[in-house]
Amino acid sequence: MARDLRSGARSARELTLAHLDAAERENPVLNAWLTIDRERALAEADAADARLAAARAAGKAALEELHPALGIPLALKDLVSVRGGQCTAGSRILEGYRAPYDAHITERLRDVGAVILGKTNMDEFAMGSSTEHSAFGPTANPWALDRVPGGSSGGSATAVAAFHVPLSIGTDTGGSIRQPAALTGIVGMKPTYGRVSRYGIVAFASSLDQIGPFARDARDAALLLHAIAGRDARDSTSAPEPVPDDLLRLPNGDDEAASWLRGKRLGLPREYFVAGMEPGVEARIREAVVAFEAAGAVVEEVSLPHTDYGLATYYIVAPAEASANLARYDGIRFGPRFGDGGTLGNYLATRGQGFGAEVKRRIMLGTYALSAGYYDAYYLKAQKVRTLIKADFDALWTQGFDALVAPTSPTVAFPMGARMDDPVAMYLSDACTLPVNMAGLPGISVPAGLSDGLPVGLQFIGAPWSEPTLFRLARAHEALTADAPWRGMEPTALQLAGAGS
Amino acid sequence: MATLSRADVEHVAHLARLGLADDELARLEGQLNHILDQYEILSRLDTDHIAPTAQTIELENILREDVVEPSLAVAEVVANAADHDGSQILVPAILGGDAE
Repeated sequence: MARDLRSGARSARELTLAHLDAAERENPVLNAWLTIDRERALAEADAADARLAAARAAGKAALEELHPALGIPLALKDLVSVRGGQCTAGSRILEGYRAPYDAHITERLRDVGAVILGKTNMDEFAMGSSTEHSAFGPTANPWALDRVPGGSSGGSATAVAAFHVPLSIGTDTGGSIRQPAALTGIVGMKPTYGRVSRYGIVAFASSLDQIGPFARDARDAALLLHAIAGRDARDSTSAPEPVPDDLLRLPNGDDEAASWLRGKRLGLPREYFVAGMEPGVEARIREAVVAFEAAGAVVEEVSLPHTDYGLATYYIVAPAEASANLARYDGIRFGPRFGDGGTLGNYLATRGQGFGAEVKRRIMLGTYALSAGYYDAYYLKAQKVRTLIKADFDALWTQGFDALVAPTSPTVAFPMGARMDDPVAMYLSDACTLPVNMAGLPGISVPAGLSDGLPVGLQFIGAPWSEPTLFRLARAHEALTADAPWRGMEPTALQLAGAGS
Repeated sequence: MATLSRADVEHVAHLARLGLADDELARLEGQLNHILDQYEILSRLDTDHIAPTAQTIELENILREDVVEPSLAVAEVVANAADHDGSQILVPAILGGDAE
């Protein structure tokens, strides 16, 4: 697409119109989008076309300076602020709210000239693993409409998987980019904590949240991360790490991409092959390992001994942070206000009616874990175990492993409703992804084939700031599987439902 | 570790300023206790000599120059409030006996 835009073979306006049409046509079935802003998108596309025309007139050097995301249609999860637009975070409690400023990443995307088509559906406040906890109804998986797309960034994943956009933005607190990428058969990366500024993003758990890209291949995901990464003074947790230009230089050729693997040392953490893992998922992961070994990588079984404690630790730390972050939704500064007019009554009614069931559950858990008499037993204990979980990973980086290879999700996409009545079953969806957030590491999920006709995700985990390595590994995996029968397969459910054309 | 009674659930809901209906409280009592059971696993670990981790990247004392920078457009910010008067957000009175 970027090449066609530069040569002038296609205009950003044409590209934007085609993608808007696809999104609007299929959204009644998929519910991936909460808003589609045709007018603003076309204005941004025209601006991109003007920049392209000016660069073409100025010559080759000017064209090469353009960011590859210029003129490319893109979707934002509906917790990213776009000035003047809605930003619901999937919640009734932010209904009617209009963001009075742009998020840092929105500014960055404007700078490079990406075209924002709209905002996507999500679990309320990013709490969930299925996008069923949205106040605006669930999103359907384009591979099977009666199944979930994963979550919480299920709308952004579905918009890419269904070819409504080539790129989208999600956030990942415990797996909310990687798990929906796995369940919809696309690429999704959670960068190192601090890689991307969180300024202008609705907060869930501030020591875990990180913004990242979705795309249909490694190169596209890498260029989107390149566009949004880097230090921003408005988020003091964004790190002064240079943004590697290597993200724009992933090898195009399959031979070059695969040859990178020679001599690389990859760890296979045995604890990630958990009870309850579907045989089809395990088979796809083992096939990838065989392919890596055949290409010259050294794969060794390793241990992350505190993995089993990850779920309990996460479900103390994340709700605790959330209970504090969500205290701001009080019906005073934004969102609807309910109640009888008294201060306390207004708080109770606004929050009781404005939040959905899962968010209330997490606020209750977090409030309890932080409350007098229980702080040491729960929150402090969890923070200490977090130290042990992080140390497990650190030991492997010290031993010289380039990356770890693991499943993203123990199962393929599950039927809608299957885990809605059992919070613990839903929480287990993220058993293989949330330790990565606890340790602040980068992780990427890439498609690894199908099981029972549904996508399986393969996860790579790296040391802090090793995103270029993870993308090279993802690119190598693409090269090794370029001729696999499942490559190029597209979600078929829409055609079956008669919604596509 | 503890088991939550119905009264505990009501107490936590009050701390969190969540107005919950009876059926919600009943459902939460069961669900929260089920989740707390999962936390039990942590007691198997001896963490007496382990330092807690609150952040994963070692940034310290991030400061900025003490200069005046533009703030958000007040009209756009205030327009989001449930009730406002000009550039001010209106809230229920908290002082005095004649609060509405």
